[in-house]
Amino acid sequence: MNDLTLFLQLSVQLGTPLLLATLGGILNEKVGNLNLGIEGMMMVGACAGFSVAYNSNSPLWAIVAAGFAGLALSLIYALATVTFKGNQMVTGFALTILGTGIANFAGDKLSGLTLSAEFIEKVGIRPIRILSSIPLIGTMLFSQSNLVYVSLIAAVLIYLYMKRTSIGLIMRMVGENPAAADASGVNTTLYKYIHIALGGFLCGLGGSFLSLVFVPRWQDNITAGMGWIAVALVIFSTWNPLKAIFGAYLFGTLRALSIKFQVISFKIGDTNIVITSQIIDMLPYLLTIIILILTTLSKKREQQAPAWLGRPYFREDR
Amino acid sequence: MIKVVKRTQMSAGKRALLQLLSIVLALVLTGLLLLLLKYNSIAVYREMFYGALGSLYRVQQTINKMIPLLIMGLGLSVCFRSQFMNIGSEGQFYMGAIGATFAIRLIGDRLGALTLPTMMLFSFILGGLWCLLPALLKRYYGVSETLVTLLLNYIAIRIVSYLQYSAWKDPEAYGFPKIANYPTAALLPKVFGVHIGWIIALILVAVIYFLLFKSKLGYEMAVMGDNLLTARYAGMNTSKILLASALIGGGLCGLSGMIQASGIERTMNDQMSSGMGFTAIIVAYMSRLNPLALVVGSFLFAVLLQGGEYIQSSLQISSDIAQILQGMILICVLSSEFFTEYKLSLRHKTGDGELAHE
Repeated sequence: MNDLTLFLQLSVQLGTPLLLATLGGILNEKVGNLNLGIEGMMMVGACAGFSVAYNSNSPLWAIVAAGFAGLALSLIYALATVTFKGNQMVTGFALTILGTGIANFAGDKLSGLTLSAEFIEKVGIRPIRILSSIPLIGTMLFSQSNLVYVSLIAAVLIYLYMKRTSIGLIMRMVGENPAAADASGVNTTLYKYIHIALGGFLCGLGGSFLSLVFVPRWQDNITAGMGWIAVALVIFSTWNPLKAIFGAYLFGTLRALSIKFQVISFKIGDTNIVITSQIIDMLPYLLTIIILILTTLSKKREQQAPAWLGRPYFREDR
Repeated sequence: MIKVVKRTQMSAGKRALLQLLSIVLALVLTGLLLLLLKYNSIAVYREMFYGALGSLYRVQQTINKMIPLLIMGLGLSVCFRSQFMNIGSEGQFYMGAIGATFAIRLIGDRLGALTLPTMMLFSFILGGLWCLLPALLKRYYGVSETLVTLLLNYIAIRIVSYLQYSAWKDPEAYGFPKIANYPTAALLPKVFGVHIGWIIALILVAVIYFLLFKSKLGYEMAVMGDNLLTARYAGMNTSKILLASALIGGGLCGLSGMIQASGIERTMNDQMSSGMGFTAIIVAYMSRLNPLALVVGSFLFAVLLQGGEYIQSSLQISSDIAQILQGMILICVLSSEFFTEYKLSLRHKTGDGELAHE
């Protein structure tokens, strides 16, 4: 294995929590809810996942706990924004503050603990025979934690669900025009609750990838702003789960670049160009702004944000 | 059968009572959570209160935390008033700090007494421009300002990191990544033990109150915020109003960055906001964009922050309690606002007698 294959493997690992959280964000936004609480849901997922993993040694329970922790937090958001029509933006912020607070607080007792070797062997990197020895991409794709495959399968399934099923169509309608959906007999509240909850589950799962597989320990602020990159990625992928895979791995690669190389310097002509890790860290956000501008300009319907994104729906307002 | 109906305007007093009740509810909920984690919640709250207001020194510390929240809250109120949903206060705060530091690097302390005003000007301009960019994108290309301002936060923080670790790194700091301390002329003087940021903040409260409620521009902002089309029909220059509110709002957030750098940190670094830009959004929202209510709101949140910091050392409990409380208060207040606009009513089958249950 050379440096490049290891680098690609690292990029995919850094992309996986982003991918899971982005899928969660897409589900939220497609039913019209801008959820800025992704970071908070990832945090509680990471914390709950680690805590259960440490106490039970069961990967399944750890992952389920992480998902449900994210889900529990997302239900608070759903209650405040869907039932009580609270401001989505501010509620999302509150959720991030709340989730980060709870996770850091509860995690105080977890720092310094390590997971058993048996557990790490189960959820950690497991090369698949033959496939993992493919040159260049073998390690990147087939020497990974099972959670990586889970995230990829989830992306494909959500794509098919959104584009190919009738429930998926209705769900998009709720985000585009809830009044029309309501008029045709759709229970918009139920649709919103279910997708927000599913999104919360995925965000929690994304967080647990960090504490169970990547680090794998508990650290204060373990997500380190990944939730905000996921918010950006939802836009970057133009609300498309398949493009989210590409986007997540691209942003994962950028993150890997800034971790591996503190300073990159090269020469163009006579000028010495120095790029530091802080500049690389800027790129995901800069790229997202550019994509946001381009998609707004392109006016292609399927690349736009859901029309009702961020607005509460109240039947009497029709 | 329970039905949700729109209510007519709720009185200000009732509204305040509702907010108070939801804060109490948040305290109770967090208290239960603390009990669940086996802490004595009453003791924790008492200690937080004592830590924030127990002595003159602690009150001064609390005021220190209140100043940036208040000034950024004012800036955000200006933006929100005209429905420019700026959540980029954190980034504008940092850009302001960059502006102030840039001014120092440019002029040093050669200008004497004019040093501070120059820094303020630079910070206001840089913060304002950082906010003007998303406003222009919104005005000319229809790009959502919520997302752009959010993303610009992270870019601004990375720029500060870049300056701190590379371009502006102090060569005399023995390789430690920090920017050189400001000269004495660039530090805000103290009055009653707190840097004069508090006086600036109070003056700004009056100015912004006048701007929002007594000036033509403020009136136009409110009309435009309420309904863009109405503003256009009335012949208002909506572009001008939008750009003005972005510039003023971002400028104030930038100014707050300068005040923090000069009054507290004595230099600029990439940790100096400790998330206060985000807290300010919450404070502005809870205070309903009213400068006078903002004074109360920012004080309340400063008490939370300072109290949380205090219990970390006195009870060895992580200061994350303050964060949990903030989140909880906000969610309770946001949810309670439902009842300011809607009410639940029991509907009888006959349909004519509606009983209001509030």
